[in-house]
Amino acid sequence: MRILIPIKRVIDYNVKARVRADGSGVDLSNVKMSMNPFDEIAVEEAIRLKEKGQAEEVVVVSVGVKQAAETLRTALAMGADRAILVVAAEDVHQDIEPLAVAKILKAVVDQEQPRLVIAGKQAIDNDMNATGQMLAALLGWGQATFASRLVIEGDAARVTREVDGGLQTIEVKLPAIVTADLRLNEPRYASLPNIMKAKKKPLEEKTAADYGVDVSPRLEVVTTREPEGRQAGIKVGSVDELVGKLKEAGVI
Amino acid sequence: MSTTSPKGAAFDWSDPFLLDDQLSEEERMIRDAAAAFAADRLAPRVTDAYLNETTDPEIFREMGAAGLLGVTVDDAYGGVGASYVAYGLVAREIERVDSGYRSMASVQSSLVMFPIEAYGSEDQKRRYLPKLATGEWIGCFGLTEPDAGSDPAGMKTRAKKTDGGYVLNGAKTWISNSPIADVFVVWAKSDAHGGKVRGFVLEKGTKGLSAPKIEGKLSLRASITGEIVMEDVEVSEDALLPGIEGMGGPFGCLNRARYGISWGAMGAAEDCWFRARRYGLDRHQFNRPLAATQLFQKKLADMQTEIALGLQASLRVGRLFDEGRFAPEMISIVKRNNCGKALDIARMARDMHGGNGISSEYHVIRHAQNLETVNTYEGTHDVHALILGRAQTGIQAFG
Repeated sequence: MRILIPIKRVIDYNVKARVRADGSGVDLSNVKMSMNPFDEIAVEEAIRLKEKGQAEEVVVVSVGVKQAAETLRTALAMGADRAILVVAAEDVHQDIEPLAVAKILKAVVDQEQPRLVIAGKQAIDNDMNATGQMLAALLGWGQATFASRLVIEGDAARVTREVDGGLQTIEVKLPAIVTADLRLNEPRYASLPNIMKAKKKPLEEKTAADYGVDVSPRLEVVTTREPEGRQAGIKVGSVDELVGKLKEAGVI
Repeated sequence: MSTTSPKGAAFDWSDPFLLDDQLSEEERMIRDAAAAFAADRLAPRVTDAYLNETTDPEIFREMGAAGLLGVTVDDAYGGVGASYVAYGLVAREIERVDSGYRSMASVQSSLVMFPIEAYGSEDQKRRYLPKLATGEWIGCFGLTEPDAGSDPAGMKTRAKKTDGGYVLNGAKTWISNSPIADVFVVWAKSDAHGGKVRGFVLEKGTKGLSAPKIEGKLSLRASITGEIVMEDVEVSEDALLPGIEGMGGPFGCLNRARYGISWGAMGAAEDCWFRARRYGLDRHQFNRPLAATQLFQKKLADMQTEIALGLQASLRVGRLFDEGRFAPEMISIVKRNNCGKALDIARMARDMHGGNGISSEYHVIRHAQNLETVNTYEGTHDVHALILGRAQTGIQAFG
């Protein structure tokens, strides 16, 4: 079985994001970028399936700027076998929308014929939570989102999902799309020898045009703002004063 | 992204000269892997290890599994085969947590694996390097003696020729890792080689070889230190490192370790700087953050400046190392400068933390205590000055 893992290069989760002066989005110039943490979990899951002998090949794919090659190398250093980089933007500030990514991924799936696609449930930069679902719709495959456990049994995947009321276990027929939630696993760190070996693993470079997909944005970002800062509180001297203030604020 | 503007680009206070940009993709990945390892595996255990003066030998196994031992050693012998810049970046990330942990790794990589790879026979390389790379075996390096510190050529340890090998007598002191070591690279004057210094690889358990622990250190407490005592230690001919004769042997190793220390000390300094900055922003006195005062900001600026300059210098020496164009004097500059500056920065960070600065909880005093050693071992601050003085005057002021 071949497994395909779409990964996204995003602003590192440790970086304090700043809004660009023109309000068009988050400033990404000279900012540390990393693999989307949910995608890291997806890569780990695929490598574990390979180590258990349930998969033969793990292919990672990223759609974005050229610099995403570095993110793909990280996945190769973790243990993925080969990578495909689809260059779809030149400016790091151009985000490729989920539908365009899903269309490109569909074309990659048609070519690579994986039995399983594991994607991160969402990217931590814009929290769209849509690409996996859209890809499932475009392919007409089953989908099992927010997976916290994944077991491959013959021709099906048994997936435990974290839903509001607790855990729900469903079975989907392969081929299928699974999206990874936080508790699916704890991803490994690449060891230094594996980082060196990753250099020699194949990384194929394509463009969005190779797949005939138009990546121009359909959404318009109207404005981006920093979250409101918290206002300073006040101290009250007595219970009566507290009750007075609460009445003034209209909460009691 | 790199559009030129008359106003310049945004300043990254934590990486003023964009060191990150000057690293290759591979070097950045190695740096990140080492940083993740240090944060996850080393940081949680360092305070206990330091307070209780304990060294967990398991750390070597864990470092080995992550590929942090023998970064520059050929992968055919279990090393990583990466650059000296990568080695420096690893030292920086480990020492960001503790100079003792970095010492453990430096000794293994530069002082034990390097001489075996550079001066050893094929049999020695095959026997020792793979197990040292995984951390299954722990190595130590015996050069300093009770009466031979800055003047190692004054060593008293002797190797006498016997029928099938040598018999060694002498004592080494201040030896990192020695009480838990399996492999001992020891330097001795050999009668059979005209009294020249030669290297020998000894193994734990050899009759007459012991390595008592040095108790009561108030610095580098997470890294075990001991002596090496050799009383009529008999070894066969194949314990001799065949590829080197004279003081060039140990100095070749020390060049590498000192270069790594120049990066490591900056890691410890960065940790102190980041902690002092954070503390200054969080701690309020007189109704404003400490960081709002000019004295505090001046200290932060000094820290930032020295660290930015020190890292650039180490990177440059690392690139020259990788090109085979380094001179030992260059290493004296970066070892001396970066250790001395790191010690100043750690003391300053301790001061900026006020009374809290003396608590292990705030980490800066641990760094300051550690850096006292780092500034002294592998060539003291003053001895490196004399090397540089000799290089520009032609006059040797020592010896």
